Amino acid sequence: MAVVRTSTANLASVQTALQRLGCEVRFTDDPRAVLRARRLVLPGVGAFAAAQKAVSARGLEDALRRRIERRHPTLAVCLGMQLMAQGSEEAPGVPGLGVLNGVARCFPAGQRVPQMGWNRVTPAPDCRIVPHGFACFANSYRLGADEWMAASEATAGADDHRGGRAVGGRDRDEWLPAWSEYGGRFLAAVESGAVVGCQFHPELSGAYGRALLSRWLDE
Amino acid sequence: MTEPTGLPVRVIPCLDVRDGRVVKGVSFRQLADQGDPALLAADYEEQGADEVVVLDVSATIEKRGARLATIRAVRAALSVPLTAGGGVGQAEDGDLLLKAGADKVAVNTAAVRRPALLSDLAARFGSQCVVIAIDAARARGVTAGVTAPDDGHARYEVVVRSGGERTGIDAVEWAKQAVALGAGEVLLTSVDRDGTKRGYELELIRRVRAAVSVPIIASGGAESPRHMADAVRAGADAVLAASIFHQAQRTVNEVKEALRELRIPVRLSVP
Repeated sequence: MAVVRTSTANLASVQTALQRLGCEVRFTDDPRAVLRARRLVLPGVGAFAAAQKAVSARGLEDALRRRIERRHPTLAVCLGMQLMAQGSEEAPGVPGLGVLNGVARCFPAGQRVPQMGWNRVTPAPDCRIVPHGFACFANSYRLGADEWMAASEATAGADDHRGGRAVGGRDRDEWLPAWSEYGGRFLAAVESGAVVGCQFHPELSGAYGRALLSRWLDE
Repeated sequence: MTEPTGLPVRVIPCLDVRDGRVVKGVSFRQLADQGDPALLAADYEEQGADEVVVLDVSATIEKRGARLATIRAVRAALSVPLTAGGGVGQAEDGDLLLKAGADKVAVNTAAVRRPALLSDLAARFGSQCVVIAIDAARARGVTAGVTAPDDGHARYEVVVRSGGERTGIDAVEWAKQAVALGAGEVLLTSVDRDGTKRGYELELIRRVRAAVSVPIIASGGAESPRHMADAVRAGADAVLAASIFHQAQRTVNEVKEALRELRIPVRLSVP
């Protein structure tokens, strides 16, 4: 099990959570290891720009993009999930990996930020990894439902094979959403095959998080 | 921003640790070792705790190595957020605690002495890792329960060095400044109420709630779920407690069930 050493990440909780589930964890910032690892975790806390810089300084973008596109077991956590998107309002002009549609934006004005605490996660019916339940969040930015769906429609519209947005998980490329509500609906997590992105911290979400991690490890 | 967020209210046990042993916050439950921080923290998680705070109350800074070992041990046993506080003097201390496994670092006296500590920590680790712990006492001449006219004088002042020193600094203004500098959360303790078991200082919570938009954790005075419910209605997003879980002999889940009865939204992990 490889964990990307993004310099802003709090690595200890991720490491102990995985070790508790019997994984041998090694930290890496080598592009080949990132591409070839049997399983990979992309953690992240802190600022989008700093995390993106840590990834690009080590030449990891292509490796990450490729393994995500091939649906090799990959778990992106918090900032790691935001890095999968096209970018973040927190750092205008700084590109994300672009494997997920949409730009991460701050919660609407008037909403208490950061979102600190436990919130209900409702996965799409065909989700196999993300369970129903409460997960622990600590974030000010997120992929809003409208933003993500609009960006996904735009992409789907450009494809040949399907008119509308497909529902369900038969298409291996399809991202299945898991929703949460905080000043409106937002993406708590996405999954597609063995790739999962979580806006929350599964390693800090008690039994719920352990269930998610176990299911991911079984993929 | 005084509207509640809709998130379940967080119930957070606090462990005071000295030289690697828990001195306050022990559980009434049967545990192999009542003084072991990791065992206790894990038990609290099992009881339904949303987070755990570990406060170092060691007398001297020589014990720094021991406190990191404590945080490592607690981290290995805990799958919910962990906040480390007590004697955090420099950004370097915060760095070591986060590396050892804390998710958040609470700073108190050192931030009052040098407020830039908050922006240092926030810049390095992000505001969500930085908690400003404020101990507040009623300013001299202020009577509890009497709403004085707003004459411009501070109603609550900041107290530092574990309650030993009044600073004359307006606690509400300090909270505003701390958040502006990068604190992502306020851990608000009433010095007057702490240990009294007569409930939290609601006026203090209300005033800080009206002044800052980040989450507020109420501390000091909790003896019952009713006290906690009052604190939430005054604007707290979370409640910190120690003796209710020891002396009142209630589990975290029992307290949460009582909160639910009082129509306070909580996360119930045990069905």
